[in-house]
Amino acid sequence: MSEFNYAMASSADDASTQVKGTGDGSLIAGGMTLIPSIKLGLATPTDLIDLAGAGLSGISVEGTTVTIGAMTRHVDVASSKEVVNAVPALSGMASGIGDPQVRNRGTIGGSVANNDPAADYPAACLGLGATIQTNDREISADDFFTGLFTTALKEGEVITSVGFPIPERAAYVKFPNPASRYALVGVFVSDGPMGIRVAVTGAGINGVYRESSFESALSGAWESATLDGVKADESSMASDIHAAADYRAHLVGEIARRAVAASV
Amino acid sequence: MPDGNTGIGAAVKRKEDGRFLTGKGRFTDDINRPNQTFAYFLRSSVAHANIKNVDTSAALTAEGVVAVYTNGDMEGVGGVPCGWGLTFQNGDPMVEPVHPILAAGKVRHVGDPIAVVIAETKKQAKAAAALIKIDLEDLPAVVNMTNAVEGGTLVHEEAANNICYDWAIGDKDEVDKVFDGADHVTSIEIINNRLIPNAIEPRVAIGDYDAVSQKYTLYTSTQSPHVIRLLMGAFVLQIPEHKLRVVAPDVGGGFGSKTFHYAEEAMVTWAAGHLGRPVKWTAERSESFVSDAHGRDHVTTAELALSKDGKFLALREKTYANMGAYLSTFGPAIATYLHSTLLAGVYTTPLIYSNIIAVFTNTVAVDAYRGAGRPEATYILERLVDRAARELGIDQVEIRRKNFIPPDAFPYQTPVALEYDSGDYEATLASALEGADVDGFEARKSKAAKNGKLRGVGYSTYVEACGAAPSAVAGALGARAGLYESANVRVHPTGSVTVFTGSHSHGQGHETAFAQLVSEQIGVDIDSVEIAHGDTDQVQFGMGTYASRSLAVGGSAIVKALDKIIDKSKKIAAHIMEAAESDIEFEDGTFKVAGTDKSMGFGEVALAAYVPHNYPLDVLEPGLEESAFYDPANFTYPAGCHICEVEIDPTTGVVEIVNFTAADDPGIVINPIIVEGQIHGGVAQGIGQALLEGCVYDDNGQLITGTYMDYTMPRADDLPSYVVSTESSRCTHNPLGVKGVGEVGTIGATPAVINAIVDALSELGVTDMPMPATPQTVWRAIQEAS
Repeated sequence: MSEFNYAMASSADDASTQVKGTGDGSLIAGGMTLIPSIKLGLATPTDLIDLAGAGLSGISVEGTTVTIGAMTRHVDVASSKEVVNAVPALSGMASGIGDPQVRNRGTIGGSVANNDPAADYPAACLGLGATIQTNDREISADDFFTGLFTTALKEGEVITSVGFPIPERAAYVKFPNPASRYALVGVFVSDGPMGIRVAVTGAGINGVYRESSFESALSGAWESATLDGVKADESSMASDIHAAADYRAHLVGEIARRAVAASV
Repeated sequence: MPDGNTGIGAAVKRKEDGRFLTGKGRFTDDINRPNQTFAYFLRSSVAHANIKNVDTSAALTAEGVVAVYTNGDMEGVGGVPCGWGLTFQNGDPMVEPVHPILAAGKVRHVGDPIAVVIAETKKQAKAAAALIKIDLEDLPAVVNMTNAVEGGTLVHEEAANNICYDWAIGDKDEVDKVFDGADHVTSIEIINNRLIPNAIEPRVAIGDYDAVSQKYTLYTSTQSPHVIRLLMGAFVLQIPEHKLRVVAPDVGGGFGSKTFHYAEEAMVTWAAGHLGRPVKWTAERSESFVSDAHGRDHVTTAELALSKDGKFLALREKTYANMGAYLSTFGPAIATYLHSTLLAGVYTTPLIYSNIIAVFTNTVAVDAYRGAGRPEATYILERLVDRAARELGIDQVEIRRKNFIPPDAFPYQTPVALEYDSGDYEATLASALEGADVDGFEARKSKAAKNGKLRGVGYSTYVEACGAAPSAVAGALGARAGLYESANVRVHPTGSVTVFTGSHSHGQGHETAFAQLVSEQIGVDIDSVEIAHGDTDQVQFGMGTYASRSLAVGGSAIVKALDKIIDKSKKIAAHIMEAAESDIEFEDGTFKVAGTDKSMGFGEVALAAYVPHNYPLDVLEPGLEESAFYDPANFTYPAGCHICEVEIDPTTGVVEIVNFTAADDPGIVINPIIVEGQIHGGVAQGIGQALLEGCVYDDNGQLITGTYMDYTMPRADDLPSYVVSTESSRCTHNPLGVKGVGEVGTIGATPAVINAIVDALSELGVTDMPMPATPQTVWRAIQEAS
């Protein structure tokens, strides 16, 4: 593990100022990706600015929106009565991230900012039409996730919370990679104020994306039979030893179908 | 058996678990020597290249660095030896290239060590290694065995077409004649997938040198400390055995991969002598993936000739066995001595021909992994039998019964060298059929179909040859060592006992099971028995633990030594009680004079042996300590039947194991809890090979499955609750009647799982299933069939 300077930020703005003042510094939330990357020598930040003291955790439900502070841990989202009542698909998704150790450390803000192409939260954000609030602005999920491990965040911009419009019905179904248990294909579907949405993680060559062909089909009839036998475009699917593009394209259809069937 | 029953057959809890479960085990990495340094190996990141230059100057001046070594610094140090020599069919010896401690001139696989940095801290050693400049001239990599044997790129110049040996057993002409006239021939092509062992404790080695005694000590996480002392001392470092101590304390699993002598052990020992300071190396997990010997990796074409009513007439096979880049300690033996000799299985097949071609590739060396050769042989056989039954329309159970070696045919000489001493295959089959509720299968299948699932049942009836085993037979088949075991039983003056055994426990529970033998024989409680192992300065000699041999061979040596203890004790008791030795009876720890009420406890006799005031000193030495070496007359032959039931989701290809039944005959059971645990663990690994685990290299020899992100280990939620039972038929040639149980799971389970999948998918036209049967693989097979 390489050496780095460590500082605790007192607020999102403070974190932003601090990280901009470093050589090649990095914000750290739960550290579930960053710390292993540093250990393996894949990341060598000069400074870590810790968001743990920035007052960014907490869950609130107001009107038609569930707002989750950026430093809220997965375990807190999974066990929040408000989230369970308002968007059970969201709490259910959080309860299936990683393992208990990861859920006890990992945060929504860290997951969303990292935008791992096999992570679960990006699918929830895109699938519910969430709004990502930063210390500077609001960014819609549709604009936020721009590619593998890349987002619309500018240098030094800090996520403060994520707002999820409460859907009429939604579900998340994950088909795990047998080895890593990350999503080989994960599909978050919802029908609500943000329209009909089908967000796919784990499968797309550019990371999380919306499967618009399924969305138009479901706008005709929100039932699993609508998606019988459909599949994604093979040419836009990732391919690896666990799943070639054709298998992933098939799974996207099947898992989306199951998500619609499971939606509540 | 004493009160409280801690003897043979008692389900006592493992004595060692207290320290393991409370984190108090003492593993090699827990050992730190005064003034210790740390080694970090710089390993090749490419599979095949000429080393043009290694510039260590910057590393040598880095902070904390004590030394940097490359191959050129190690004059007089030998290569890592191979413990087994095979021959070509014409009698020529196998090609046995030098396996240098550090790469000499060439790197031959990703992970091949090029240099070692020794520094004050591990971090400094690792940081300095990054400063070493390596100038490599890349060569094409040879990864696939089919390409390798076509020649072109050679892993070793001396191995034409990358062939290590081309060996055969059986009369090919006779076998071919039977095939030519057979009613039916069933053929199969099999890839037995390469596995990465993944012991929970990575390998660790600490070299230490004492200038005063001029003695070396190697602390290492090995399964066979005396073998390491012999191989490293005699062949690599030229250290005589009385000046070399090898200590293997608690070892956190090995599955075979810690049997072998590894370069890192020699490196730290040599460097410790060179520097006059202890040198410690602890493998990182990703380092284990590219430096621990892998397992399996066979490519086989096999055929079974049958009569039209399903009687097996002959079997022939050709197997390419991947050796990797270098020959590991037992590498050449796995596909031959432990594989070809098992191809009769539990069946009366009269003629067998097996041709094994061992191939060098630019991959990590391949050697014994739990089962070692016998899973590969059993898989071939049980897949062939399953397929033959389908082709001939014979029931899976019926075809097996029709060809079983019957109980009255033992001892049974197979056509492939082995003579099975005992077995009752019908007994374990019957037990498994009942445990699996096979009669209810059709109803369960119909119910599953209503939920869109395909349900299948698969069988495997297996035998294994374990307890490796007679030195003369092993020698005739190429072993360069004996395969006996030794024991020393030291009875202390107050009657407690220390047993020094050459077996080495790395999870098997020897401290309990061996103590139970003592408890049974001389009537002391297991808490009065200490089992000492894993230190060549304490233990007289040993061949270590592998091939399910510890109880059958090591336990038998203990019993032999105990018999000598009892013989001597009777003489002492006879003297003290003034009776004829022939009148002394020994039962439950008490010596009695037959027909009288005179008696003496074992403890009293022990005390008399050490306080010989009233003692036959003219004919008997004082003290009570005996040694024995035991060289078995034969292998032992555990056997059994595993039945697997799966449910497959045809839309995703996901296979769920819904029932798994194992009925095994491990011989006489010493501790049923340990036996059941061994079956559970072995079955998990057997299922792992069938469904989950598979080592993948790309065409450039890069290890794709180099972390747990891509290499799938079995987890609890991948596995069902097993139905486990044992039927014991006695081994006829060892004193305990024991056979062994360490490997039955990896041997029996794997074909049962694949046969179940093929059964479930047979209605779709699927006839084969590659391993591991991942969701993608199963889904693809369904797509291709329909």
